[in-house]
Amino acid sequence: MGRITLDKVTKSFGEVQVIPPLDLSIEEGEFVVFVGPSGCGKSTLLRLIAGLEDTTSGHIRIDGEDATDLPPAKRRLAMVFQSYALYPHMTVRKNIAFPMRMAKLDKAEQDRRVEEAARVLNLTDYLDRRPGQLSGGQRQRVAIGRAIVREPAAFLFDEPLSNLDAALRVGMRLEISELHERLKTTMIYVTHDQVEAMTMADKIVVLQAGEIEQVGSPLDLYRTPRNRFVAGFIGSPKMNFIEGNAAKQHGAETIGIRPEHIDITETGEWSGTVGVSEHLGSDTFFHVHDTGLADVMTVRASGEVGYKHGDRIHMTPRPDMLHRFDASGLRIA
Amino acid sequence: MARAVTPRRKMLNTAVAWIIGLLIFFPILWIVILSFKTEGDAIRTPLGVLTSGWTFDSYSVVQERSDYFHHFWNSVILSVGSTVLGLVIAVPSAWAMAFVPGKQTKNVLMWMLSTKMLPPVGVLMPIYLICQSLGLLDTRIALTLILMMINLPIIIWMLYTYFREIPGDILEAARMDGAALKEEVLFVLLPMAVPGIASTLLLNIILAWNEAFWTLNLTAANSAPLTAFIASYSSPEGLFYAKLSAASTMAIAPILIMGWFSQKQLVRGLTFGAVK
Amino acid sequence: MATKASRAAARAMISPSVILLLGWMLIPLLMTIYFSTLRYNLLMPGNNPFVGWENYTYFVTDPAFATAIWNTLLLVGGVLLITVVGGILLALLLDMPMWGQGVVRIMVIAPFFVMPTVSALVWKNMFFNPVNGLFGHIAKALGLTPFDFLSQAPLASIIGIVSWQWLPFATLILLTALQSLDSEQLEAAEMDGADPVNRFVFIMLPHLARAITVVILIQTIFLLSIFAEIFVTTSGGPGDASTNLTYLIYQESLLSFDVGTGSAGGVIAIILANIVAIFLMRMIGKNLDA
Repeated sequence: MGRITLDKVTKSFGEVQVIPPLDLSIEEGEFVVFVGPSGCGKSTLLRLIAGLEDTTSGHIRIDGEDATDLPPAKRRLAMVFQSYALYPHMTVRKNIAFPMRMAKLDKAEQDRRVEEAARVLNLTDYLDRRPGQLSGGQRQRVAIGRAIVREPAAFLFDEPLSNLDAALRVGMRLEISELHERLKTTMIYVTHDQVEAMTMADKIVVLQAGEIEQVGSPLDLYRTPRNRFVAGFIGSPKMNFIEGNAAKQHGAETIGIRPEHIDITETGEWSGTVGVSEHLGSDTFFHVHDTGLADVMTVRASGEVGYKHGDRIHMTPRPDMLHRFDASGLRIA
Repeated sequence: MARAVTPRRKMLNTAVAWIIGLLIFFPILWIVILSFKTEGDAIRTPLGVLTSGWTFDSYSVVQERSDYFHHFWNSVILSVGSTVLGLVIAVPSAWAMAFVPGKQTKNVLMWMLSTKMLPPVGVLMPIYLICQSLGLLDTRIALTLILMMINLPIIIWMLYTYFREIPGDILEAARMDGAALKEEVLFVLLPMAVPGIASTLLLNIILAWNEAFWTLNLTAANSAPLTAFIASYSSPEGLFYAKLSAASTMAIAPILIMGWFSQKQLVRGLTFGAVK
Repeated sequence: MATKASRAAARAMISPSVILLLGWMLIPLLMTIYFSTLRYNLLMPGNNPFVGWENYTYFVTDPAFATAIWNTLLLVGGVLLITVVGGILLALLLDMPMWGQGVVRIMVIAPFFVMPTVSALVWKNMFFNPVNGLFGHIAKALGLTPFDFLSQAPLASIIGIVSWQWLPFATLILLTALQSLDSEQLEAAEMDGADPVNRFVFIMLPHLARAITVVILIQTIFLLSIFAEIFVTTSGGPGDASTNLTYLIYQESLLSFDVGTGSAGGVIAIILANIVAIFLMRMIGKNLDA
C-alpha cells in the first residue's frame, strides 16, 4: 500500500507550463521529500498527487491503479496543510473524526481511533477544545491526527513546519520522523528547507522550475550532487564554488568544495583574510576574503578557533572532496 | 492603542460627545416621548410635554386600527421574504465566485454591482406597466420580487467578501478528508459562513424594511408596508402627534434594534468591502 | 486553484443570479428606451405612435427640468458637504478616549435606521411645523416669529432632513477607517515634531481619503434618487422649489400618466447616474485587486 508513480505528468496554467513532463516513482513506505526554492513547482506537484489540481497530461498511479481523474476524496491520501486547515467551528475531537465521519465509519471505531491518535500525539487533554484555543504546535498535531486516523495509503505534507518557531520546528521534525518509523506508511513531504529534507528523508527529490534536478538519498545528494544547482542547494553553509584557473587545474569549468572540507593549515594551497566569524561553539565558520578564487569563501573549523577580523590564514582543500563541474554545470565523474 | 490622556481631557471629550450624540438622537427620543402622551399634551410647549402625565392610549388606538398590524405584517413579509429569497439565490453564486474564481469573476461582480446603480425612477414606468398587465400592482409578490432584485447585488457582494475570508485550504482539507460537495458545503462551509450569512440577512432586512421608492409607488391599501402606511399620515392626520409618534415608534423600533447589532457589518456591506 | 469539475459546478451556481440580474437590468431598460420614443399616455388610449426625440425635447425644454437639475445638484451637493465635513469631525471626536463611547456611537448611528417616511414626517410635523413644532416653540420662547421652514426654505429643509439621515453613515464609515490607522504612524509623526493639526492634515486625512471617496460616491448614488422625503414633506413644492429629477419624473409618469415623457426623463436619469457610477466602479474595482 502506498506506491505512487508519476508517468510523464505535466501541468499548465493557461499557456504557462509549470511542470514539464515528469516521471517519478515513490516506493511503499518511503519518506520522500520534495525540496527546492520557492516557485519550483514542488507544491503544485504535491497538489497534483492529492488531486487538488487537474493534471494537464500524463498519469498518476496509486498502488498500480490509475488515479489521474479520481477526485481527492477517492485517492486514499491524507494531507497536512501549511496553515493546518483545521475546521474552526469543530472541537479537536470532531476535527480528528471528520474524515471517518465522511467515510461513515461506525461510531465506536471512530471514538477508538480518535482516542488512540490523541494518545499518540499528546492531545488527550485538548480533545474538547477548539482549534482557536490551541498553540501552533498543538494545531499541527491535530492536523496530523486528522490525517492518521484515516489510515491512508500515503501522507502528504505541504510545508507543515513553516509556521512554527525554530525550537518547535525541531521537535515536530522528530515527531514526524518517529511517526513514520512507527506507521511505515508512505510520506511525501514538501519543504524549501534543505535541513528538513536532509534530516527526514529516505529519498529527496530536488526540483527547480518544475523539473527534477536529482533524486536520491540525502547522503547521495551530499556526496555526489549531479549538478551545480543540487551541490549549492544541499548542505549548509553552502558549498564554495571556484571558477577560473584554480578550476582549470582540476580539469573543470567550476570546482566546488564544502566549508567542512577545507582545513585551516600553517601553510596551504590557498590563503585569504578573515572577515566575519560565526562562533557556534561546536564549530566556527569564517568568511574569508581576498583568496583570489571567489569573492568570499566559507570555511569551517571544529570547536572554538580564535582568528580575528583581518587575520591572514592558509587553507587546504581535501582533494577527494572536490566536486568538478563542466561548462553546463553537470558533474564530471 | 488609545493613549492615556488626563482625566480632565477625557471628561471634556465625554461631555462634548454626549451632547452631540444626544442632539442627533433627539428626534427619535422625542417621538418615543410623544408616543406616551395624550394628543393634547403632545402639542403643548416642550416643557409642558415633559411635565405632563404618561399614557399608553396612542398605542392602543393605533393597535385598534387593525390596519396597522396589517401593514406591519406586510413589512415583515416583504423584508424577510425578499432577503431570504435573495440569499437562496446568492449563496451558491457567492460561494462559486469566492472559491472557484475565474478570469471573468471580477467582471461579473462589477457588472452585478452596476445594476444597483440604475436609478429606480429610470425603470419606474416599465415595472409599473409590467405589474399592471400581470395584475400584480399592490401585491406582496411583486414587491417581494422587486425588493429582492434591488438588494441581490448587495447580498452577493456581502456574502462574497465574507466567503473570501474563509481560507481555501480548509475546503481542500475537507475534500482530502473525503467530503463530497454536499458534505463540504453542509459540514464545513456553512458553519463557517453562518456569521457572514447572518449579518447579510440582518443588513438586507433593514434595507428592505426602509425601502421607500417602490413601496410608495407600487402599493395601495392591500400590500402597503409601514413605509407607505406612515406616509399616509403626511396630511391632516400628521397633526395627531401622539398617534403618529406611536405608529412611528413601532415602525422603527425593530429595525433600530437590529441595526445596532449590525453596525460593523453595515460598514462593509454598504461599501462593498471597500472599508472594513 | 481548481479542477474542471468544480469550474462547471461554479458556472451552474452563478448562472441564476446572472440571468435574473440580466433580465432585471435589460428588460425594463429596453422598455424605458422604447417608451421614450412613443407618444404614450395612459389617460389617452391610442395607438402610441413613434415620435422620435419629441419626448426628450419636451422634457428637457420644460422649465421645470432646469429647476429639477439645479435642485438635484443642490440637494446632493448640500448633503454631501454637511455629511462629509460633519462626519469627519464626529469621527475624530468619537475616536477620542471617553466614557460611554459605545452608547454615544449607538445614538449617533440611530437615524440611519429610521425609514425615510418616518424621518420626513417627524421633522415636518414635530420640528418644522411653525405652530406646534419644536422649532416654533423655541422661536416663540425667544420672542421671535416662528419660521415656516417647509414653505419658505423647502429645499434647505429637505437637505437638513436628508443630512440627518446620512450623517450617521458617513460618521460610521469614517470612524471605522480612522480606527484602522496604525497608531505607530501617529506616534512616529509626533516624534518627528508634527503638532495635532499637522498630524490631521498629513497623516489622518490621507489615510481617510479612500473612505471619504467611498462615502461621497455611495451617498451620491442614493441621493440622486431621493424621493420619499420630498413626497412626504413638500410634494416638490411650493411650485417646483423642491422638485428634484426623480420627483419630476414621478410627476410626469404616475401623476400625469405620461409614459413617453416619463420614460425620456428616466433615460436621462440613468445617463446621469451612470456618470457617477463609472467613478464608483473604478474605486471598488481597484479595491478588489488589493
